[in-house]
Amino acid sequence: MLKTETNVDSLGVSSGDALAKKLAEAAQARFKIRWNEIIIVKFLQLCAWVSVATTIAIIAILAVESGAFFLSVPVWQYLSGSEWSPLIEPRAFGVLPLISGTLVVSLGACLIAVPLGLASAIYLAEYASPTIRKIIKPTIELLAGIPSVVYGYFAVTTVTPLLQGLFPSTEVFNAASAAIVLGFMVLPMITSLCDDAIRATPRVLQEGGFALAATKAEVALHILIPASMSAIMASFILGFSRAIGETMAVALAAGSTPNMTLNPLVSMQTMTGYIVQVAMGDVPHGTIEYQSIFAVAATLFVMTMLLNIVSHIIVRRFARHWE
Amino acid sequence: MVIAAENLTLAYGDKRIVKNVSLDVGGCTVTALIGPSGCGKSTLLRTFNRMNDFVPQFRLVSGEIKYRDLNVYAPNVDPVYIRRRVGMVFQKPNPFPSSIYKNITWGPSINGYEGDLDQLVESSLRRAALWDEVKDKLKSSGLALSGGQQQRLCIARAIAMDPDVILMDEPCSALDPASTARIEELIKELRDRYSILIVTHNMQQAARVSDHTAFMFQGEIVEYATTKQIFNSPKQRLTEDYIMGRFG
Amino acid sequence: MSNPHNQSTTASTHTAELDSPFRDNLARRQAQAGIFKLLVLMATISAIAILGFLLFSIARDGLPWLNWAFITSFPSRVASRAGIISALVGSAVVISITAFMSVVLGLGAAVYLEELAPKNKLSQVIDLNISNLCGVPSLVYGMLGLAVFVRILGFGRSLLAAGCTLALMILPIIIIASREALKSVPPAIRLAALALGATRWQTTWHHIIPAAAPGMLTGIILALSRALGEAAPLIMVGGVTYIAFLPNSLYDSFTTLPIQIFNWAGRPQDDFHGIAAAAILVLVGLVLITNGIAIVIRAKLEKKNRW
Repeated sequence: MLKTETNVDSLGVSSGDALAKKLAEAAQARFKIRWNEIIIVKFLQLCAWVSVATTIAIIAILAVESGAFFLSVPVWQYLSGSEWSPLIEPRAFGVLPLISGTLVVSLGACLIAVPLGLASAIYLAEYASPTIRKIIKPTIELLAGIPSVVYGYFAVTTVTPLLQGLFPSTEVFNAASAAIVLGFMVLPMITSLCDDAIRATPRVLQEGGFALAATKAEVALHILIPASMSAIMASFILGFSRAIGETMAVALAAGSTPNMTLNPLVSMQTMTGYIVQVAMGDVPHGTIEYQSIFAVAATLFVMTMLLNIVSHIIVRRFARHWE
Repeated sequence: MVIAAENLTLAYGDKRIVKNVSLDVGGCTVTALIGPSGCGKSTLLRTFNRMNDFVPQFRLVSGEIKYRDLNVYAPNVDPVYIRRRVGMVFQKPNPFPSSIYKNITWGPSINGYEGDLDQLVESSLRRAALWDEVKDKLKSSGLALSGGQQQRLCIARAIAMDPDVILMDEPCSALDPASTARIEELIKELRDRYSILIVTHNMQQAARVSDHTAFMFQGEIVEYATTKQIFNSPKQRLTEDYIMGRFG
Repeated sequence: MSNPHNQSTTASTHTAELDSPFRDNLARRQAQAGIFKLLVLMATISAIAILGFLLFSIARDGLPWLNWAFITSFPSRVASRAGIISALVGSAVVISITAFMSVVLGLGAAVYLEELAPKNKLSQVIDLNISNLCGVPSLVYGMLGLAVFVRILGFGRSLLAAGCTLALMILPIIIIASREALKSVPPAIRLAALALGATRWQTTWHHIIPAAAPGMLTGIILALSRALGEAAPLIMVGGVTYIAFLPNSLYDSFTTLPIQIFNWAGRPQDDFHGIAAAAILVLVGLVLITNGIAIVIRAKLEKKNRW
């Protein structure tokens, strides 16, 4: 009873008819609110589905176009051929030189990023004071925020001349230059992930080590690193995955000559480098050249997806669960 | 005297936790440190093997810790040297995530142990009353043991270092009564070889296990005497009140 | 000295030091520990030193070429006459399109997934999907843009296609960052609003989103900064390297700052390296300005959120 009276007061009416009218309007407004809300929620749901649509679209596009490619070029020839020359006669469609170029550059990058990344993570987690940590950690993160083209510039103007000074046989385009800058691009990711992993090990485990008369280095090497090994390994794999997907720095530094060699001082082309090279020319749709970039992209996509899945599995199956 | 605190004052930042404490621990005895929570007993214990070095705010304001003739906090003393001779067992069992065998041999091997490691493992586990239960599964993980077994493994691990003193920080508080009883038995046996300083919030445990007892309150040692004396005829009113459970 | 004792001075039943089965190796171990500390420190310093060296070399190379004429001129075959105005405008337009699309879609998806969606198997799949999308190389997004926006939807090699492509690329990043921001809103606010009879949407719109706004904004700005520096996907979508006009419509061909940098850095002449460095400085400036604006807006929003 009291409730109705309050409603009446707040509606500011005096007669019964006017009251009924006002109540009906209020009820309609509530209904409208519900209807508006339903539309809004549906729209938001659609936004979420865009991400699913993106994945489906990526897979579909890569599958369709590379499917067309593989109608002209048998898969086994593509995967086992060691000559890649889809644009120039005599044509050859063996993708191994591109894969080898990608691996040489990316593994070279990891040669730098993995030891330096893990070592700086140990420093940040175990040796740095909180103040120093607050300064150094974001500074290293800055390395990750620098665009790939800037690293490419640095590779061409500084790193390559340096290498040529040390090793006179270094070519103007070379894989080592790309690998070096790529290494520093990937380093922050490894440092950050390893730092998190090391700091996640329980303090008591560390204390147990110190109580057994171990030095700080011994505790770090024999206790902390083995305890976070799965997360550390996962970080290496993710870093490698990031490296093989990099484009601009590699395109600028390593060149556009497919080359199956282990010599890092010569020019070679990566999968990403090839795709960008073709895209910069005018390649009409429906041609084998156009389809070839999708075949290479599909290969790249499969590689990165597999690597990401492997790193997930490593973390989930082998990670230690500290209660 | 094997290890002692002399007029020791400790602080975290500006707050004094331990005030002018003197405590003398002899060889082959068990000394219990009791008192209500927050009285500073754990902080005092961890100072003996310089584990407090890892706490950024920790300060030794005045006084000394003496291990035999050595001033433990002298600038030219390496904490690692001290920790080899003053071992520690923690409140929560913390075996390494590796095999039982490796748990025991790791400390000695990095500290330059030159004897037979297999023998060391067996003798340490026997002395910790764990050998019979694990002798067939030395290569299995230390984490696969029960709580009480893990704690005995940690004790075996500490013993393998051949220490003079074993510090125990509430070693039974995370264990069930049956495991607790076994470990209390173990402590009484260990008295033959080691000096044991045990912090416990369980008065009955202190009464059962120790030869000497020190009662701490708000950072100070109120009374330190034989266990018999502390529990049967305490000299201080405060001690008596605590023993009688008049405060907690 | 680490071993001040050679004999124990107190009688004990414990084995004397001299008979100890432990070899005295403390000095060697501490030396090793010192070397280890030095190595990890050097690794950290090397990372920072490279950063410093990189910034220094860009500033040294680019500052001489950085002037108002440079910013307002069009590209040219002669380095001394070349400028970045078309690239600058191209970047600005593309980022605006990207910002609009990705913020609407990203915040919408984040709000839906975090606040409104039922937590079931389907939402787990969507979560997994989004984190997988983060690991897809930017080049592949470019190819998606080429196939879908340029061809299927018929936008052509245009600013519009570029903006849409970048929006899809940074969408997963924005979704994840925004969800983190939403997760960090104290549950008390949500419960209080619901207890007062508000619907889920009203609670979300009036209370949760404003509370999470500073965090969401930070994520958005970081994602947009990343998009500003991307060249690979835009080259795929048709960004060319020689545009001598300012765009009139969203369907015009375009270039962006990173693409221009790529073009100039790839030339062998030192002059072109110089203007590439100058263009990099402008790009860095743009990123700093965007971040700066974000910090200011975030501070203002945080002021309202004192809880």
